Amino acid sequence: MELIDLTLIWLVIIGFGVFMYVLMDGFDLGVGILFPFAPGERARNAMMNSVAPVWDGNETWLVLGGAGLLAAFPLVYAVFLPALYIGVFLLLAGLIFRGVAFEFRFKARTSRYLWDRAFNIGSTVAAFAQGAVVGAYIQGFRVENFQYVGGPFDWLTPFTVMTGLGVVAGYALLGAAWVIMKTEGEVQDWAWRTLPWLLGAVMVVFVVVSVWTPLAQPRVLERWLDNAHILWVFPTTTVLVAGYVWRAIRRRDEGTPFVASMILFALFYLGLLISMWPYAVPPDHTFWDAASAPESQLFLLIGFLFVIPIVLGYTAWTYWVFRGKVSEEAGYGH
Amino acid sequence: MELDPVFLSRIQFAFVVSFHAIFPVFTIGLASYIAYLEARFYRTRNPVYEELSHFWIRVFAVVFGMGVVSGIVMSFQFGTNWSVFSFAAANFLGPILSYEVVTAFFLEAVFLGVLLFGRNKVPAGTHLFAAIMVALGTFISSFWIISANSWMHTPAGVELQDGIFRITSWGEAIFNPSFWPRFFHMALASFLTAGFVVVGVSAWYLRQGRVRESASRALAMTIVLLAVIAPAQLVVGDLHGLNTFEHQPEKVAAMEGLWETTEGAPLLLFALPSQSQERNFLEVGIPKLASLVLTHQLDGEVRGLKDWAPEDRPPVALVFWSFRIMVAIGLLMIGVALTGLVLRLRGRLTESPRFLRVCTWMIPMPFIAVLAGWFTTEVGRQPWVVHGMMRVEEAITPSLTGPMALFSLVGFIVVYSVVFIAGAYYLVRVIRSGPEAYRPQREEEGRAKRPLSAVDTPLEDAPAGATS
Ligand code: HDD
Ligand code: HEM
Ligand code: HEM
Repeated sequence: MELIDLTLIWLVIIGFGVFMYVLMDGFDLGVGILFPFAPGERARNAMMNSVAPVWDGNETWLVLGGAGLLAAFPLVYAVFLPALYIGVFLLLAGLIFRGVAFEFRFKARTSRYLWDRAFNIGSTVAAFAQGAVVGAYIQGFRVENFQYVGGPFDWLTPFTVMTGLGVVAGYALLGAAWVIMKTEGEVQDWAWRTLPWLLGAVMVVFVVVSVWTPLAQPRVLERWLDNAHILWVFPTTTVLVAGYVWRAIRRRDEGTPFVASMILFALFYLGLLISMWPYAVPPDHTFWDAASAPESQLFLLIGFLFVIPIVLGYTAWTYWVFRGKVSEEAGYGH
Repeated sequence: MELDPVFLSRIQFAFVVSFHAIFPVFTIGLASYIAYLEARFYRTRNPVYEELSHFWIRVFAVVFGMGVVSGIVMSFQFGTNWSVFSFAAANFLGPILSYEVVTAFFLEAVFLGVLLFGRNKVPAGTHLFAAIMVALGTFISSFWIISANSWMHTPAGVELQDGIFRITSWGEAIFNPSFWPRFFHMALASFLTAGFVVVGVSAWYLRQGRVRESASRALAMTIVLLAVIAPAQLVVGDLHGLNTFEHQPEKVAAMEGLWETTEGAPLLLFALPSQSQERNFLEVGIPKLASLVLTHQLDGEVRGLKDWAPEDRPPVALVFWSFRIMVAIGLLMIGVALTGLVLRLRGRLTESPRFLRVCTWMIPMPFIAVLAGWFTTEVGRQPWVVHGMMRVEEAITPSLTGPMALFSLVGFIVVYSVVFIAGAYYLVRVIRSGPEAYRPQREEEGRAKRPLSAVDTPLEDAPAGATS
């Protein structure tokens, strides 16, 4: 058993799963966040149709994330969820309203504006709550004897509000980049105009959080100072990528903003992991403290090795079955 | 008044899981029915099957969508409210629930897209394959979750070390002693649920004189199935009860309302159990029958609740009454199904308006029976989360305060009420508009993986003067 570090393998698997979720649900939550600002009903229909085929599958990754954490890092599951109790409730309520609004909107006529609002508020709340989780992770938790012992609102601080807003802006950026890729005409023009603002907002939050984090968390500062020789890569690359997006905006290069926003997210994510390494539940518990028993990790890993390729296979097959563009009016209530 | 987080969390868990449970129990059965219809259509090319399948897929899409959103909540409930329990049981529950996601949820989600929108995009055989995969997915899903649940009733294959469950045998843990009876009982309950809904809706169309051909076909084939399954459920339920008698005798004592250990215990038909006075009021029973059922001897001994300390007894009245409701509905189902079979053999199945009306009234019954069954099982497990190993008070999240628990409980009630009302309202509209509205349209253009978007009935009537 000691030959391979199962915990490390699981860290990679869960890390990948969470990242997939952030990217995939990120852009469709972003579309929801931007929804009320879209220029008119036709634009909203187009936006909705552009994410309609995929959002449901995207959310299954969240379920996998939850169950996977319970399986591989139960301490994370058992501390984060109680510590963020109110936030988790808001997240779930947001996802429920958003999910059903998605569906009922197309069938509604007189009540459509209500479902539109549910879609927007649900998406925004869900994105904010996810950002607050990241902030709370950086802040750390009061844990005794493997259980959270802090108060119900410890997670809600100016810092987590900042990270919450950051994720709202980041998802909106992904959403706008997605809309650019998937639509044309008026909606696309609008998304082009919105993109620079969102990019600016994301960069501002990035700078603020990057300065704030080491000031507030000495342990992060220490890590940064110790590893300054590699860490300078992150801010530099971030600025380069932002410049790249800026150029794409000027040239109206349709695919670039989406890919570049994904790279930005990847950078933030890696930066976060490096800053927090090796703590799963800061300030005291590492990923190895948080891990489940090796026999459980192994039992699930064996199954994953067989099942995941099959899942990816038939998922790819259906994407192929439904390849091609979705027409603007498809799914409209008739 | 002191707000008790344990009590509030129990109510919240019961509310949220009950809400979730009513959707899967219907879709599990319905998915198999749809797969069967698709297979018949593939073989015979008879358009009646296509019309039926088309219509029920629409109903399926709505119910499935509600099952999915409420299921997402479930996967976080363990951590938010029962963090000590989830931390302790993670070595078992984590892998089991993860396997459910990768072996079942992805299968359902992906092939549902093909089933809903792919009729004109993939060959007929592939479409049938997708229907079968969705049905298979629902069973795989119930396999894992029932395993997780029945392990909490009859834990096996684990040992408790420093408050953590470590696995000693995966086989024993997954196929724990009460797994098989529970799994089959639940599978039959799903078939009964879908079956009675199909029968009830078809009977309603017949009374209205609509879609006579497909409705009478659906009624005739489903009633035969029910006439087999309803009695089978009685047999499986009896086996399930015997299993419980062996592993959780205090639950059976509560189900029977039996306080004193008795040889030749009566089967109570009516009683008002009182937890504090440790006795029943207004007892009406059949002498010796409970002993006969449970021990197969007229004078067999059945242990009474007083054998356990008061704090180790489940809430008797709730278990007692929910068990009776379930069994009463089970017997009612047998009666209706057998009557239908007799009518069918005489060729008069669609001719008795009274029978058709009864069928329609039966629609809510399976749902009530399923919830009553789960209440019997789960309340009867109290005060344990993991029977004999971990108590509910020990399982609760330590940082959870009464006001927080109250906040989320009220929140879920509000959110679910809105969702449920909209969903139920919409479902009624789909059923009202009937199979006529869903005659296969060849040019149908759909989008993948969106359950509800397969349904084209508007949510409300068009406002006066609107055109669409
Ligand atoms: C895998 C686990 C699992 C599964 C599949 C179910 N339950 Fe459960 N149930 C629990 C795990 C659980 C639990 C976490 O263990 C609870 C919370 C507190 C407790 O004592 O047990 C519980 C409590 C609980 C209670 C409250 C009992 C009490 O506190 O007096 C009810 C009424 C139900 N459940 C009902 C259901 C229904 C209708 C289900 C149908 C799907 C169901 N349960 C499936
Ligand atoms: C506490 C226990 C439960 C948890 C944590 C849970 C979790 C979930 C989740 C997360 C989903 C959505 C999956 C998706 O994204 O596609 C779901 C759906 C589903 N669940 Fe549950 N569930 C529980 C109880 C049950 C029970 C008791 C059954 C039936 C035996 C069941 C059967 C299903 C099925 C068949 C689906 C597919 C959707 C549907 O048919 O409505 N679940 N569940
Ligand atoms: C006809 C006579 C029936 C008998 C004798 C019977 C017996 C039982 C017993 C003894 C239990 C409790 C198991 C435990 O100790 O945990 C149970 C649970 C349950 N019953 Fe029934 N039952 C009957 C009919 C039905 C019907 C008609 C339905 C639904 C359509 C149903 C649905 C359930 C469900 C969902 C549970 C909880 C899950 C489980 O533990 O399997 N039962 N039943």
